[in-house]
Amino acid sequence: MSTTGRRGGVGGWLLAGNGGLVLLFLYAPIILLVIFSFSGAKDPGVWGGFTLDWYRDLGGDRNVQKAIGVSVRVALVSTIVATVLGTMAALALERFEFRGKRIFDALLYLPIIIPDVTMAVMMLLFFTKSFDLIDAMFGTRIGKGFATVVVSHVAFNIAFVSVVVRARVAGMDSTLEQAAADLYSTRWQAFRHVTLPLIMPGVLGGSLLALTLSLDDVVVTQFVSGPGSTTLPVYVFGLIRRDVTPLINAVSVVMLVASLVLVVASLVAQRASEGRRRRELIITGEE
Amino acid sequence: MKRHVAPLGAALLIVLAACGGDDDGGAASASDCEVDGTDGDLALYNWSEYLDPELISSFESQYDVSVTEDFYDSNEAMQPVIAAGSSGYDVIVPSDYMVSILVEGGDVMALNKDAIPNYSNLSDEFGSGLPYDPDGEFVAPYQWGTTGLGVDKTVLGEDFPRSWGLVFDPDLVAEYGTAGKISMLNDPRETMGAALKYLGYSLNTTSQEELDEARDLVRAAVDSIAAFDSDSYDENIGSGQTAVAHGYSGNFFTQFDGADDPSQYEYFVPDEGGTRWVDNMAVVADAPHPCTAHTFINFLLDPENGAALTNWNYYASPNAASEPFIEAAILEDPAIYPTDLSKLEFISDTGDFEVNFSDAYTEARG
Amino acid sequence: MGLDDHDRDRERDVSVGEEAERHLAAAERRRGLLLALPAYAYMVVFFAVPLVIVFAYSFSTRSRTGDPTFSEVGFDAYRKLAEPLIRNVAVRSAILAGVTTVICLLLAYPFAYFVATRKPTARNLLLVAVMIPFWTNFLVRNYAWRVILSTGGPISGVTEAIGLGETDLLFSRTAVVIGLVYSFLPFMILPMYASIERIDWQLVEASRDLYCSGWRSFTKVVLPLSMPGVIAGSILVFVPSLGAYVTPAILGGNKEPLLGEYIVGQFLTARNWPVGASLSFVLMTVMLGATLVYFRSGGKNL
Repeated sequence: MSTTGRRGGVGGWLLAGNGGLVLLFLYAPIILLVIFSFSGAKDPGVWGGFTLDWYRDLGGDRNVQKAIGVSVRVALVSTIVATVLGTMAALALERFEFRGKRIFDALLYLPIIIPDVTMAVMMLLFFTKSFDLIDAMFGTRIGKGFATVVVSHVAFNIAFVSVVVRARVAGMDSTLEQAAADLYSTRWQAFRHVTLPLIMPGVLGGSLLALTLSLDDVVVTQFVSGPGSTTLPVYVFGLIRRDVTPLINAVSVVMLVASLVLVVASLVAQRASEGRRRRELIITGEE
Repeated sequence: MKRHVAPLGAALLIVLAACGGDDDGGAASASDCEVDGTDGDLALYNWSEYLDPELISSFESQYDVSVTEDFYDSNEAMQPVIAAGSSGYDVIVPSDYMVSILVEGGDVMALNKDAIPNYSNLSDEFGSGLPYDPDGEFVAPYQWGTTGLGVDKTVLGEDFPRSWGLVFDPDLVAEYGTAGKISMLNDPRETMGAALKYLGYSLNTTSQEELDEARDLVRAAVDSIAAFDSDSYDENIGSGQTAVAHGYSGNFFTQFDGADDPSQYEYFVPDEGGTRWVDNMAVVADAPHPCTAHTFINFLLDPENGAALTNWNYYASPNAASEPFIEAAILEDPAIYPTDLSKLEFISDTGDFEVNFSDAYTEARG
Repeated sequence: MGLDDHDRDRERDVSVGEEAERHLAAAERRRGLLLALPAYAYMVVFFAVPLVIVFAYSFSTRSRTGDPTFSEVGFDAYRKLAEPLIRNVAVRSAILAGVTTVICLLLAYPFAYFVATRKPTARNLLLVAVMIPFWTNFLVRNYAWRVILSTGGPISGVTEAIGLGETDLLFSRTAVVIGLVYSFLPFMILPMYASIERIDWQLVEASRDLYCSGWRSFTKVVLPLSMPGVIAGSILVFVPSLGAYVTPAILGGNKEPLLGEYIVGQFLTARNWPVGASLSFVLMTVMLGATLVYFRSGGKNL
């Protein structure tokens, strides 16, 4: 469908050229990062001969490994929750009218425009006051940790997911959904078979964004995490303060590879489920 | 929904505020702690790259506990987390001026010296009489050092004045061609402090006039300053991006030691004077495991462990009993163990005037 | 008489119809509310409430130790914002953010267009390719740029090799802009792509049939249809650029105070929470206002 938008001739070449340049721009530091993770010099800008030492150090550095584990788990959980809630919010805002809609709308822009440190401070205050309250009422002591980090990440990620999904839904042709409503018997089926596939690029884009934001977050996480729930960026932030070595490069490369594996796996899974669905449709004669 | 949100939110807020205030309810007690006693695993909150992981493993195996170490990159990032209460940490490592603030806020507990017999290993000047903890009640010094200038002698030669003028005196900058190759710490107190010292004032001044003079001095120097950086000043001088760098003693030594030709560099505290700082071990007021905390502090004050710390991070040890175990090269280096302490000042909290320092630093840069 | 009956019947039909419509509308509103409820409740509890708490702190005063106290309350923190010191910082930050947004727009639009017009497999691959660099650590990426831009880095190496001498781009405004554009480019690409991808190209074909040149079909058809994405992307880039402080610190050498650094400084270094809170709130209100105004006008034209 959209391939008819392709430009031919000079325009096409210019576009492709721009695409290549942008990709080069995006990858230049990454390539550098990877190369220097194998450098023997302590200074990450100087080449000191090929070595796998940093990766070996990584294998023995349990602080880093723990931090990576925490980061990945936090990112996965918060992304899933934020994607579900954010998509629902986007649909509700674009397709329905209801009481309190304007406030909801404004509320969803705030996490995007709030300065990091303000969000960090407000979450810290909120959690400590709430925990005091719970302690006073029920006598149970809760501490900051994995849960508080996830809760905070979801709080800002919902907004980002909903912005991306809304941009997608906004110009969507609602007559398609109405037609579906005519043909299918329930709203849920209309959603599953018409709306959801149509907004899927937006949902995926939003969830990718949420994943990235969660993996990268430093300030908010630093304030709301507790002992043992240090994420990788917080750990690296502290490390950079004292000693920058290619160990950090090695850590980044490992994270990169892990994310790649994750994404490839999910793409493969998506393809597989799509293939299965197509086969189902063929069997039931609907295609 | 809209109608219910506002009153609900207000009610919640009032309740939370009423139950708020400092967390006094969870204060822990260390009065029953015995020497070498433990009451669970240790949660340590420290600066990064400050404690040799081998020492931690050694503590873990000796006392059969596990240690979780989390990191912060500034006193000011650590303080709100601790002051808010229920942080979950047992031991923290605040710098001198931050100790006064924590003590005043009731966020650290008085040490039970019975559980820290090695406290007597501290040299006289560190065991008591410190401006921020005169009776030695709340903290045990951990490492100390100075803030000064690191220079690249391939640019400056050997015969340069060891003075803050290398930064603030335009004639000197022109003479050595160091414009654009100078870095200062991204810290209002340290950087304004350097200017104040150069002008002959105290770096703890509360005089707006003196501060304004310092601000104008920094403003005039900004063009020759490449960066205000507290993280990579040592790497930048190592890579040749800068030739004169403002920073902490131990960091410089670690960097220079790893260079191809260490004698190419020098660290010194300028003649006009500079900062002397002490980082300290403290037990959080509502620490979940106060006894293990005390035992950990005692462990680090052991003569050999104290020496191991210094041999690893190149900062000076406050532990007199550690001297025999510290590498001679470190012990005899006047840059690490300065002999003349008269020109050095501790940074102390100036109360509300802190805001003035911060604003002066912002104004000086534009 | 027969006419009266007929009239009355018709009135009844109309009112029955109206009632049915009202029921349907109410049902729709309920459904909408139910759909929004989980996210709404979450945001109220875990965002609005904490925000109100900090808002309260903007009226507190700084005690001697730096901890905020409510023993005195007032507007001092807001009065301080009127000082020229803060105005300069704000203006400088706004200009920097604006430049970053424009550059991102210019780079991202052709790129998003390119991706949106590939075959599905290539599209997904390209999108993932855009995101991959951002799964390394943010700080580390900034450090990598530091290496590239420094006098010992590749750019300088190239210019030295061709005889132009060493290039020192580091610790300058240029370096900060490069860093910010790099950090926020995907935020511009993704929403733009989502928007462009769903454009019905038959509309473009129609405009070509009506003798519009390629350029005119672009400006008259494609561009307006992709506006939601452009707007979303611009907001996602402008706002974090305004409050950015890691990138200016690492690549700009902290030579010029910007809003992000100033606010962090108020909370952490100066420990002046009332001003940190008041500045954050004013900033957010301004941004929120601008966003809503932009949407109102932009939205109407669509």
